[in-house]
Amino acid sequence: MAIPRVLVLRAPGTNCDQETAFAFERAGGRAEVVHVNRLLDDPQIPCDFQVLCIPGGFSFGDDVAAGKILANLIRHHLGAVLAEFKAAGKLILGICNGFQVLIKSGLLLDDGNLGPPATLMWNDSGKYEDRWVRLLAEPEKCVFLRGIDGLELPVAHAEGKFVARDPAALARLQDQQQLCLRYAGSENGSPLSYPDNPNGSQADVAGVCDPSGRVFGMMPHPERHIDPTHHPQWTRRPPAESGDGLQIFRNAIAYFQ
Amino acid sequence: MTLWEIDIHPAQGLPDSAGQRVAADAADLGLGRNLAIRAAHGYLLQGDLDRAQVEWLASQLFSDSVVERTVVAPVGDAVLSQTPDPAAGSPSLIHVLRKPGVMDPVAQSAAQAIADFNVTVDAVRTLRKYWITGLDPATVPQFGSKILANDSIEQLVMGPLELTELHVGSPHQFQLVTVPIRELQDDALLQLSREGQLYLTLVEMQTIRQFYRDLGRDPTDIELETLAQTWSEHCSHKTLAGRIAYRDDRGEQHFENMLKETIFAATQEIRRRLGKDDWCVSVFKDNAGVVRFDDDYHVVFKVETHNHPSALEPYGGANTGIGGVIRDPMGTGMGAKPVCNTDVFCFAPPDTPADQLPPGVLHPRRVMKGVVSGVRDYGNRMGIPTVNGAIYFDPRYLGNPLVYCGNVGLLPADKAEKQPRAGDWIVAIGGRTGRDGIHGATFSSAELTSESETLSGGAVQIGNAITEKMVLDVLIQARDRGLYHAVTDCGAGGFSSAVGEMGEEIGAEVWLERAPLKYEGLTYTEIWISEAQERMVLSVPPEHWEEFAELCRSEDVEATIIGRFESTGCLELKYDGHTVGQLSMEFLHDGRPPVVRSAVFEPPPVQLLTGIDGAPRPEPQDDDAASILRAILGSLNVASKEWVIRQYDHEVQGGSVIKPLVGVANDGPSDAAVLRPVISSRRGLVVACGMNPHYGDLDPYHMAASAIDEAVRNAVAVGADPQRIALLDNFCWGYTDRPETLGSLVRAALACHDVAVALGTPFVSGKDSLNNEFSYEDEQGKRQTISIPPSLLISALGQVEDVRQCVTMDLKQPGNLIYLVGTTRDELGGSHFALVGGLTGGQVPVLDPRMAAKTYAAIHAAIRNGWVRACHDLSEGGLAVALAEMAFAGGCGASIGLDAAPHQVEATAAPSLETVLMFAESNSRLLCEVSPDDRQAFEASLDGVPHARIGQVTDDGRLTIRTAEDPQSRLILQADVYELKEAWQKPLRW
Repeated sequence: MAIPRVLVLRAPGTNCDQETAFAFERAGGRAEVVHVNRLLDDPQIPCDFQVLCIPGGFSFGDDVAAGKILANLIRHHLGAVLAEFKAAGKLILGICNGFQVLIKSGLLLDDGNLGPPATLMWNDSGKYEDRWVRLLAEPEKCVFLRGIDGLELPVAHAEGKFVARDPAALARLQDQQQLCLRYAGSENGSPLSYPDNPNGSQADVAGVCDPSGRVFGMMPHPERHIDPTHHPQWTRRPPAESGDGLQIFRNAIAYFQ
Repeated sequence: MTLWEIDIHPAQGLPDSAGQRVAADAADLGLGRNLAIRAAHGYLLQGDLDRAQVEWLASQLFSDSVVERTVVAPVGDAVLSQTPDPAAGSPSLIHVLRKPGVMDPVAQSAAQAIADFNVTVDAVRTLRKYWITGLDPATVPQFGSKILANDSIEQLVMGPLELTELHVGSPHQFQLVTVPIRELQDDALLQLSREGQLYLTLVEMQTIRQFYRDLGRDPTDIELETLAQTWSEHCSHKTLAGRIAYRDDRGEQHFENMLKETIFAATQEIRRRLGKDDWCVSVFKDNAGVVRFDDDYHVVFKVETHNHPSALEPYGGANTGIGGVIRDPMGTGMGAKPVCNTDVFCFAPPDTPADQLPPGVLHPRRVMKGVVSGVRDYGNRMGIPTVNGAIYFDPRYLGNPLVYCGNVGLLPADKAEKQPRAGDWIVAIGGRTGRDGIHGATFSSAELTSESETLSGGAVQIGNAITEKMVLDVLIQARDRGLYHAVTDCGAGGFSSAVGEMGEEIGAEVWLERAPLKYEGLTYTEIWISEAQERMVLSVPPEHWEEFAELCRSEDVEATIIGRFESTGCLELKYDGHTVGQLSMEFLHDGRPPVVRSAVFEPPPVQLLTGIDGAPRPEPQDDDAASILRAILGSLNVASKEWVIRQYDHEVQGGSVIKPLVGVANDGPSDAAVLRPVISSRRGLVVACGMNPHYGDLDPYHMAASAIDEAVRNAVAVGADPQRIALLDNFCWGYTDRPETLGSLVRAALACHDVAVALGTPFVSGKDSLNNEFSYEDEQGKRQTISIPPSLLISALGQVEDVRQCVTMDLKQPGNLIYLVGTTRDELGGSHFALVGGLTGGQVPVLDPRMAAKTYAAIHAAIRNGWVRACHDLSEGGLAVALAEMAFAGGCGASIGLDAAPHQVEATAAPSLETVLMFAESNSRLLCEVSPDDRQAFEASLDGVPHARIGQVTDDGRLTIRTAEDPQSRLILQADVYELKEAWQKPLRW
């Protein structure tokens, strides 16, 4: 079986591309970082890849709104080729800024009559924050979360509050098992408050997949927890093989093997 | 042509967080309670657009229909002024706009995004607007400038916006300006220096006058400006690298070059001693110091200050401070990749009453918030983790806050050398040149006054991090393809400094009209000295130009040939074919007249520790110790900085190992940060710092020695190899023309020499910022001056062989043993015990550098062997604070007996022995948690170093300190660790 190829898309202001590519390579893939201008020049480039990843950062400075300008470029210039990519059964992952881009570009959630059914807006705290969170996964649908129940990862963002257009839109996403990654507290059951839910997301949503489970966007950074020494409490724990986030990349690669 | 406005409001039913935050800020500063504020942000679009196009842009680009609604109309339309809150009555409306020419990154990106839709606009600007209810309309303008806007970069418009077009600059009419300097008398020379913002001394002006008399012509304005930039304190460090006649209690000393003979000399001595094991690569030469990391890479480190701009515009000053220092590693060797940032700030206490501020001073709370957001927004956008820092508070930083920004870079070992060659193109890449930042270099060398804002507004800038990130992306690719011979950053002095330095050994011709401009209308001199951000200058050989230009084009980075290096030994400046300046490199770089400055230091006699009224302080009573501990934990220097730290991305690039906050709840104060700069390797970098302005009031020698010891101690505490620690010095001082002020600085530099040599920790780079004083007229019309305390920041860059050896400071396991390493002395002078008790005098901590070196070697061996489960340094607040921090970070208790602690305290000491042991800030001390299984190995490895087991980790959640470990002995302090944590977290939990 050929080694799956991963296209890590970067734009001006993208800044997690190197470590994200490294995580895919650690997981057994072959990753290449490609500037969005190359895709605009030659929209056929993604055809040679099995996985597309839009990594974290501040694409175009997050000016106007986080991920908005890159999302518009994708929506208006690369929509057709990426729809084809999706239809071919390939995988798309958006991390942090990549999630913001996916949700605003229409690649992750189809527009309804009123426009996109959900978005990511400013954190309730009103500021950028870097902190570790506990997460609960619902692995039934999402390819990237197979075999994962819970994991610990850092979030690092200012605009990560998941908000649906209305209660009906939220219920629909819920019914279709698309709200597949959620913030969790130290004890299960009780409603979350800050900082367990670090940004005020509705229904504690940290990640969302499309109805096929092959397109996935998440605010936390799995590439920042592939090594045991990434964890803030590794000096308190017995030695481990790898970090929690690595499984997400392994799942993407294993899907093609 | 219509000027359109698009306003963005929260969607119906959603809270207006921006408005609420402004109301909260106002309440914090005591400028109005119960205000109802509604906020919106917006865009002004100028161009041939119809309503349908603008509405389409509003919905597709500028707003998010899930959470926002828009109002679109031509500027001036009444609908734009309507309050979003129908219940508000008739609120006051205020608009905030950036002044013309001030960087507006959002507007730049928006213009580009509009172009992506094939829509053409001439200009875009952003704005913010506020509807305020509950404020006396007469006080609205004052409210606006205190809360909403900063006059140095923004303008306020009260009521509806009445604007017909956006100003985009007007064409420049070339006119050559000469300055008739040859005829000027001395007083006129001084006037020219001051009014032209050259800030040169009389002797320097006389030297220039003589030079032009000999040449038989007058200088052009651009020549004079070039000399002022190059000879400025900021660029040439003429004071500290100059001649100084110094006198102290040990006698007189004459320096030809003070820095070279103290700090630099220490490095040379260490390198000589290391011989073939020398791991320094390039020191005090390039834009940053360079040391070896592993076989493939070097690391480079630089810390700069951006004090004066941050005083006037905290956000922009700090923003461009971090942006500027990141360009130092990028401009070191053939260009290093930035891998982490460090930031240290000094502010006045944030609870300073707003009505007690001198004129021209921003409230320290506002300064702090602005500085933190400025660093956050630039560092995070650059994708560089901000891993280390500190904040110090003292009322003397009121008019003159300090903002130290540092950056570490990773440089391939074969890319350390650069050499521009004659015939190479001089190429500018990155941001465009504007009028912003004119006179930054000379301004930063001047003293601040309450009028500085009006005089020097041009020196204040806002950065655009994404432009710099794009420059970095192409720079690293071009470096690895070998497309250029040299690179340097455009910092203070702009092209003038960058080209002047690069061409120093060769000569250069520059065609100023070619520089891409943000807007029309700049004179040739403004182009030459503008300090516009995000620009780098490269020396590109003609054969690589096309490939280089194509690479830049492919990533939308602007690259322009602005001249050529020529082997003329001369700097020739042209504008549209006219020669506007011609200077010999020799006069430019070596023509500055040497000045002998005098410096004096008289050590103040050591006073007994007393209250400010001189009365001896009564001995603490039984339950005092716990409340003193809580007071120190809650004092601003010690208190948790989590509010700041969490706003920085400290994990991007995927190499984080020891984070700034550690422990069972991820909130304990780490001694230093550790990261893996090469993601596939286990080798680590350690970043730490040390500073204690309070010791400087007693003796700057011991202050400097203690700062070095603290920086090294912090690095060693997490696992750094003490044989591989490089240091940086950053001196921020008062007015050094005063011999006593300069004397205290020389005294500190002497300590830097002595301690660096003894510890084997070379200084590899440094920077100074002098004349940090603030003058104003008080209510009686009397001139008052506030000088900052001597503020020496020592930054340490350590290395660790395998990051899995690192330790953190949080207690790990009940039953483990707690060891105190190092000797405690009666050293409460300048301590936090004295600070919270309102005491003066006392003995400042001194350093035994030989014992320090021995201690760090022993601790490192113990850590490397895995015998240390937790390690924490003793600094502000001494033993009691360090124990409390370790306990609450680990969620454990600790039971301590003081009698075993190694100490040298005279029986007659004024405070009791217990007080000294708990709160003295003696140097070179650390606490270690050791498993009982490793007890013997640990103790053996500390042979020859004072150490003692003083207690153990408990599971009772309490810190208990007794005179001895025996539970029957006298109880001195007992406190719940969660209460101690609360005392530590509360003050700055904003």
